[in-house]
Amino acid sequence: MANDPIHQFQITRLVPIEIGGLDLSFTNSSLFMVATVAAAAGFLFLTTANRGLIPSRLQSVSEMSYEFVASMLRDGAGSQGMRFFPMVFSLFMFVLVANLIGMFPYFFTVTSHLIVTFALSMLVVGTVVVYGFWKHGLHFLNLFVPSGVPGILMPLVVMIEVISFLSRPISLSVRLFANMLAGHITLKVFAGFVVSLGGMGALGIGGAILPLAMTVALTGLEFLVAFLQAYVFAVLTCMYLNDALHPGH
Amino acid sequence: MFVVTPAYAQSNPTEGTNSETGAPGGETHGGGSFPPFDSSTYASQLLWLAITFGLFYLFMSRVIVPRIGGILEHRRDRIAQDLDEANRLKEEADEAIAAYEQELADARKKASAIADTARDKAKSAAEAERTKTEAELSAKMAEAEKSIAAIKQKALAEVDTIAEETATDVVKHLLGGSVTKAEVAAAIRAASGK
Repeated sequence: MANDPIHQFQITRLVPIEIGGLDLSFTNSSLFMVATVAAAAGFLFLTTANRGLIPSRLQSVSEMSYEFVASMLRDGAGSQGMRFFPMVFSLFMFVLVANLIGMFPYFFTVTSHLIVTFALSMLVVGTVVVYGFWKHGLHFLNLFVPSGVPGILMPLVVMIEVISFLSRPISLSVRLFANMLAGHITLKVFAGFVVSLGGMGALGIGGAILPLAMTVALTGLEFLVAFLQAYVFAVLTCMYLNDALHPGH
Repeated sequence: MFVVTPAYAQSNPTEGTNSETGAPGGETHGGGSFPPFDSSTYASQLLWLAITFGLFYLFMSRVIVPRIGGILEHRRDRIAQDLDEANRLKEEADEAIAAYEQELADARKKASAIADTARDKAKSAAEAERTKTEAELSAKMAEAEKSIAAIKQKALAEVDTIAEETATDVVKHLLGGSVTKAEVAAAIRAASGK
């Protein structure tokens, strides 16, 4: 069981809660959501507590993450997009910290569950749709009608646009989920090789060096992926929000 | 998505024989199946995600974003203010330098004026002194010339007397006779063409 690469994604109940036939237990996943939020919020809160005019190193980290997301949003959705800044910043920090916490051995990765990433991407797309209709009314549907397309092609293009819009939450959530899942499985498999080869005597220990090196390299790669996926999630969020702000291409 | 969850969650009691997982007799939460696709955990995950992320969002939008935004704003203002202050000080310094230059030029002009007047004064004083001395000298010279003339006159007057006496003596010695003073004087006067 220790070698089962899927075991790390197992959800176990810590505090069973059941309301009206719904299993709402506080699980290890919930625990790590709380840990993610506490770590991210705590870090941002404590490092900026001094409000230093000249930032300390840690305050610089908080300010850099703020400015990183702010410039991302400004580039992606214009200065009007800044009204969504708290949401994009929360999403980025939540995904990033969840991914990074998942890198600790024996820790649970919140973002390796499709339902979590799907919920987050539905939050984005839901915001786009609700804000788009609220702000532009039916003009929001111009999003699906690119300008400068000949009349004959219009039904086809509109159909493609609609399909691409509908696939957004799926691609957004599956990208993050699959990256985290695959990365952790790969890490576990190679780490498992080290253990099983190491148990096979002197020759096995020699042979275990290769997967060990691989595990070390993959760990570095996974840290990159952890950051990169949070970044990609935030960038795509900015692009989608741009559609809500400026639907007429 | 919140609408569909109850539908998924209702499959909870049939967890073990879930057609999706196809794995009967799960020992833990949806055991046996691939955990991310185990719909029995969805309700709990969604609920706790909504709680934690919701609180996180509130905390970010109410506390963190205004705070960091404020810090950055404050810093930007402060830098702009400091730059303005620096510009102001630079202008002041430039002004002070210009004033200093002006003062220096004035002082130089004044100094050269003072030097000029001093030189002129000294020159005129020297000139006056010179003319005064010259006048004195020429007066003295005239006086000296006058006294020289007088002496000469006197000397010349005495020459006749000496000549008379000498001539009388010479005649007495040479001729052994005596001549009167009047005769000698007449002879001398005749000799000297007077």
